Amino acid sequence: MMFDSPMLLLLTAGSGATVGTYIGLAIIVLGLLALLYTSIKAIEVDRRIVFLFIFVAVSIPILFPITFEEKATPVVKRIFDKIESLPEGSRILLSFDFDPAMAPEVQPMADAVMRHALAKNHRVIFMSLWATGQGLLDRTMQRILPNEFPDKVDGVDFASVGYTAGNEGVLNVIVSDFKKMFPSDANSIPLDSLPVFNRFSSCKDLDLVVTFGGGKPGAKEWVLFVGDKANVPVAVGVAAVVAPQMYPYFPNQVLGIMGGIKGAAEYESELIKHYPQFAEQPTPGMVMMGPQTLAHIVIIAFIVFGNVAYFFGRRREEKP
Amino acid sequence: MKRQVPLLITFFVGTLLIVSIFSPATENLGEEFSVFFDVIAVFAFFLGGGNLLRVHLTKISRKREDWVYSVVTLVGFIVMLWAGLFKIGNEGGIAASVTEESSLFGMVFYSVLIPLQSTMYSLLAFFIASASYRAFRAKNREATILLVAAFIILLGRTAFGTMLTSWMPPSLSLAEIPNLAIWIMNSPNLAGQRAIMIGIGLGVVSMSLRIILGVERTYLGDDGK
Repeated sequence: MMFDSPMLLLLTAGSGATVGTYIGLAIIVLGLLALLYTSIKAIEVDRRIVFLFIFVAVSIPILFPITFEEKATPVVKRIFDKIESLPEGSRILLSFDFDPAMAPEVQPMADAVMRHALAKNHRVIFMSLWATGQGLLDRTMQRILPNEFPDKVDGVDFASVGYTAGNEGVLNVIVSDFKKMFPSDANSIPLDSLPVFNRFSSCKDLDLVVTFGGGKPGAKEWVLFVGDKANVPVAVGVAAVVAPQMYPYFPNQVLGIMGGIKGAAEYESELIKHYPQFAEQPTPGMVMMGPQTLAHIVIIAFIVFGNVAYFFGRRREEKP
Repeated sequence: MKRQVPLLITFFVGTLLIVSIFSPATENLGEEFSVFFDVIAVFAFFLGGGNLLRVHLTKISRKREDWVYSVVTLVGFIVMLWAGLFKIGNEGGIAASVTEESSLFGMVFYSVLIPLQSTMYSLLAFFIASASYRAFRAKNREATILLVAAFIILLGRTAFGTMLTSWMPPSLSLAEIPNLAIWIMNSPNLAGQRAIMIGIGLGVVSMSLRIILGVERTYLGDDGK
């Protein structure tokens, strides 16, 4: 019963596992085996028990963090390679199109891409199509820039234009005239006085757009209103549930896709591999893969139990 | 007249925007109209705020069921509006970013809104687990295919999936679980998504034409009667 044995997962490849982790996992495994026994007797599991198992499965890796080695899949690696291959000083726009609900999934990729772009000495422009995105953007900048990039100057190496209302209407304008929608940055300084916007008039002057989000307006709108019209490469970092909707655009209209925590963890691992200086920085994507892995294994186990109970129940009904 | 004017405006703007896509001479018109749209979008905030006040004040004054929650909504709305408009507590003054962490708005945003929204979203994990347990049953061939695809995707999104098939030789890399998950996303999922997108696209074209030509009038209110 491999799917019922998350312990195997840690014994073989997990790192940082502690006694607490093993005890917690042993409880889960024993509990799952007991449920398997009840399923064979065709007894359905109460949904509160499912909730309890998910709670324990998510809690253990949070209390006793475990991380796994990640390998970037081609859809994620294309984004990394693009930022890596652009010449220094290229202009990259990062759009924070998400709210706090999506932040646990999307924020780690935004952090990683921001670090990568700045480490490569690209000029980075930040913006948001979501009102709630500006707060998250401000906080990201305050958290990362002064501590990790103290030599980068606001207005020279990067700038934030913040949020403006209008959803895809904003994109429809900035694709041909950026300053019409954003005459000044988030600190009310006119864009014309900021060196980062020298010889920059519209999205056509961008070398890459990376949008983080999962709602509307978001990745799809960036592709339709900016990527296609201005012929700018667009990469997307989206919540896992939205990732399948982005595949029709990949690889011609969307350069690469980071989907959910897994996408973030893959990007973080690639970043650390090439830039070891970030190994000391938090890697929330890789850390959250622990709870996600365990929760997925528990869900798989419950799907198995559901089918076992279903088949044994049917067999019992068929018996004369 | 009350109905003809909005219908005429819709017809004029709709037709012009379609033409602006195809004709270089009117290319800038689309952009100009987008600016108008953004101005209107800002006014929608006033409309939304006014509507919120009206609905909840009515509920409170008539003491309808759960009216206490309306009080919480209104207090939250008014406090955030006051804190954001006047940038209460902003170290950088009125020109600084509204979400500055030292400000009242920033404090409520970071300490209340973010944890609340994240909590609500994370509750999904519990419901997804319960729903998966009940829904993924191999009752017939189609359900079994769905079940197998769900297994591969679930495993493919974890390090466990990578580990399970990492022993495979490079010649069989396509059979590795993460690659199988990508194949499912990139082939069967892609085909389904494209079909849905094309369907939606045709629906949007059809509905837009109905609105532009004045056949569809429900947006005028009272079912367009």
